[in-house]
Amino acid sequence: MTARRVIPGPFVSAALATTAFLAACTTLSVLAPIEPLSRSSFDPAMVAKGAQLAAIGNCNVCHTAASGKPYAGGRPLKTPFGTIYGTNITPDPDTGIGRWSESAFLRAMREGIDREGRHLYPAFPYDHFTKVTGEDIKALYAFVMTRDPVRAETPPNELSFPFNIRSLIGAWKVLYFKRGVFRPDAAQSAEWNRGAYLVQGLGHCGACHTPRNFLGAEKKRSDQAGGEAEGWHGPALDAASPAPVPWTAEQLYQYLRTGLDDLHAIAAGPMEPVVRNLAAVPEQYVRAIATYVATLAGQPTAVRKKKAEDALLQARDEGAAYPRIERANQNTAGSDRGLQNGAAVYAGACADCHDQGRHASSGGALHLALGTAMTIPTSANLIRITLEGIQPPDSEPGRWMPGYADALTDEQVKDLVTFIRAHFGREPPWPDVADELRKARQVKP
Amino acid sequence: MITLNVNGKRRQVDVDPETPLLYVLRDHLELNGAKFGCGLGQCGACTVMADGEAILSCVVPVSVLQGRRIKTLEGLGTIESPGPLQHAFIEEQAAQCGFCIPGMIMRAQALLEKNPSPSQSEIRQALQTNLCRCGTHMRVLRAVERAARTMKAADAARRGSGR
Repeated sequence: MTARRVIPGPFVSAALATTAFLAACTTLSVLAPIEPLSRSSFDPAMVAKGAQLAAIGNCNVCHTAASGKPYAGGRPLKTPFGTIYGTNITPDPDTGIGRWSESAFLRAMREGIDREGRHLYPAFPYDHFTKVTGEDIKALYAFVMTRDPVRAETPPNELSFPFNIRSLIGAWKVLYFKRGVFRPDAAQSAEWNRGAYLVQGLGHCGACHTPRNFLGAEKKRSDQAGGEAEGWHGPALDAASPAPVPWTAEQLYQYLRTGLDDLHAIAAGPMEPVVRNLAAVPEQYVRAIATYVATLAGQPTAVRKKKAEDALLQARDEGAAYPRIERANQNTAGSDRGLQNGAAVYAGACADCHDQGRHASSGGALHLALGTAMTIPTSANLIRITLEGIQPPDSEPGRWMPGYADALTDEQVKDLVTFIRAHFGREPPWPDVADELRKARQVKP
Repeated sequence: MITLNVNGKRRQVDVDPETPLLYVLRDHLELNGAKFGCGLGQCGACTVMADGEAILSCVVPVSVLQGRRIKTLEGLGTIESPGPLQHAFIEEQAAQCGFCIPGMIMRAQALLEKNPSPSQSEIRQALQTNLCRCGTHMRVLRAVERAARTMKAADAARRGSGR
């Protein structure tokens, strides 16, 4: 019996609670404000490097409001604990971080404490940024401090009790926050390590792809096992990957670079701005990320390989067969009415594009046997895409799917996704369709 | 046989249930206001309304529309007596080739039924899915704003007369 075992559980809990309480009471130091720095005080090479790192870190996504000025904050992020607003990180001295020294910036990134000594909510993923090297944080500082200063107050957060008590974050940190810069694995290649560093650190992929516990902390033992973000499911990147065709590093590279790979679904929802950012960073960074992520799932098992073969065959054989409604009827002969209705909706509304499969320069869309929204544990993504469609941002090129929010009734959406799950996902029915549909209808744009 | 409610009239059509509504409107019901543009729900020329919401009739099968109130351009007025939006588009000369205009009008109609006083940015947002290649956007915006004004004035007048 080890020493650890003889300590009764309640004592451990009490000790933890005390530590947490003390942490919550600890006063954090205020770091002295600085006089606003001129742009010319920064090395242009560092600014350029910082721009690339900021793109990998997706800083613009949370720190820019819809049609707001870049990095001026104000974007609402919905969490299970309430809404939190991305802050203004432009160098405006009053409403931004213009008075933050480099060490204040470093402390915020590494420890989640702002210049005035207040804990930052972990929606700002310092549990990942703590892994970033000092040199990279320096470059990021050079980048953000040379943006156009914008005067914009960040709206106050709308968090429920007790999450609105900022000092409690100190306790949260004691329980869940592990400090420390990334340590490379000597057994792996330099490229793999670079990828791991970017994925675990600045890229903070786990923020959406790792499940969280009841206090919003990532479950470290389930790293990249599938998470949630803004009502979307972030699919597992580990061995539980729901991708019908297992990813290769090359396919991941194509996907991360362009949002599109021949044999996988398009980047949608919160992943869409991620790939848009990655499109502009140097190739070797994206290659490294792809190399690392490809190893997370390990070698595909025989079962997965068989599934992949089946999906590819289905995608090939079901392409563009007419008349669709007859096939839909055959597919669901003897099934219940809902499934038959779903097949009919699919035949009329979806098959025109999706049965063709996706080819370069065609209006065709991915055959759904190859998509991930069908095989993940929740109907959330399929419902969101059905209702909202896929649209590139204003004035940007990209694939397009019209949303069906106004064309289909709730009953039709339910039947449709149930049919798609059964026929293309080949998995047991989702239990959460009615719930997810209700939630998705509320976020109707 | 599929039964549809189009512009307040009950219409029966003998088509495959997967047939897009647009084909039924144009080929079977001779309602040629809605146009075939891309056939993929990307341009908006085929926009009509279902239960007050704008939908893309080229990608919506008739089977899902049974029992719902469909309204097309023809349901807004006639050549002799155009509806307020149609009238506003004429007044503002908001068309060049005109191919996209039926879709623009229907989406604007759906907007004004829900929001009688939209801001210009709300109009832009609503019409974002409708493409115009001639560049009449500024006139389209003016036409929708004009229609909103006349519709509100007419509404106020109706209420003023105690009805």
